Amino acid sequence: MKKARLATMWLDGCSGCHMSVLDIDEAILVVAQRADIVYGPLVDAQEFPHDVDVAIVEGAVSSQDDLEKIKRVRERSRILVALGDCAITSNVPSMRNRLPVKTILERLYIEGADVQKGVPTDGVPALLKHAIPLQDVVKVDLHVPGCPPSASSILFVLTELLDGRIPDLRTKVHFG
Amino acid sequence: MSQEVSVRIDGELCAATEGQTIFEVARANGRYIPALCHMEGLSSAGTCRLCLVEVAGIGRLLPACTTPVHTGMSVTTDSENLAHHRLMALELLFVERNHICAVCVSNGHCELQALAQTLGLTHVRFPYNYPRLPVDTSHPRFVLDQNRCILCSRCVRVCDEIEGAHVWDIAARGINSLLVSDLDRPWGESENCTSCGKCVQACPTGALVEKGHAVEEMTKRNTVVAQLAAKRETHP
Repeated sequence: MKKARLATMWLDGCSGCHMSVLDIDEAILVVAQRADIVYGPLVDAQEFPHDVDVAIVEGAVSSQDDLEKIKRVRERSRILVALGDCAITSNVPSMRNRLPVKTILERLYIEGADVQKGVPTDGVPALLKHAIPLQDVVKVDLHVPGCPPSASSILFVLTELLDGRIPDLRTKVHFG
Repeated sequence: MSQEVSVRIDGELCAATEGQTIFEVARANGRYIPALCHMEGLSSAGTCRLCLVEVAGIGRLLPACTTPVHTGMSVTTDSENLAHHRLMALELLFVERNHICAVCVSNGHCELQALAQTLGLTHVRFPYNYPRLPVDTSHPRFVLDQNRCILCSRCVRVCDEIEGAHVWDIAARGINSLLVSDLDRPWGESENCTSCGKCVQACPTGALVEKGHAVEEMTKRNTVVAQLAAKRETHP
């Protein structure tokens, strides 16, 4: 049987959701038998590949770079899973949304800096006005809330998806 | 002597007393109707819109907690239409303010968070509002975090009806509504507040909490209000 092509993406999050993926422990061997992990922070690929079956995305969309990445993920993936509260509610990254971007950057990089005062612009993507959930910019096929989602719910989601089903997570998962 | 009435709830004939609400009769007959602003022992306010029910012959949904029963009334407490409207009401509570469960002292002990799970809410379909709201830490023992307030007014009612101090009110209107103490003075400067903490125990979320708790540490005694109200009945 042809292996499924699985990708993961890390946007504005703490990587805790990826840690929770690793927390499925030895069950990852079962997943690895049925799917190739073709992209993500845990593998070497540099470019998000075409023809991905399942893309699992952690984190909110906070910068121009995040926005381009998530659009590319959507174009190249059949099923897009929003993993964790940041991807679904924008969660902790959204706590900056009450302040103008300029105010935050100046506070951090000018008022808060002892040396080399100045907002960096070289090689860093511009922040969007707000950190926003994935579903604000792309169609999301499955939402897996939690901060992080439990390893057992992640394994359930992966198993169901690899069996060709979109799992019904209602009442099984919660925010926070 | 109060008059007996009989109503149909989801087709089942139920005996009730005049003056009882649909919510009370439904719960007494084992029906689950979700609610956030309702609290046993307090008056009903109908603010959260989660207990909406269908009443035969009435072309709009009615809040079960503020609608009294009358003979011949036929109520539906569960339908696709109701589930749709209740979920929407819940989603609008989430987008209105900044409910960040992951870093909340009430994470795991919050009625809003729990109801989202019960009603199967895995994401919100509407854009978040991200308002900038104050946090009042002026009281020596308690905190008011407006970011987590759903304006259910349980605190307003428990302070007025049980404690008798009436510290709290909801100021302004609509999206600008805000819980205020002593007609909009810092809580710590309130002359009426007795620091009894009933508002904290009545609050369904992490909006009113005790100081000194880290994430997930704020548990509440959510039956204390009903107990106090029952004792008032026994010793009026």
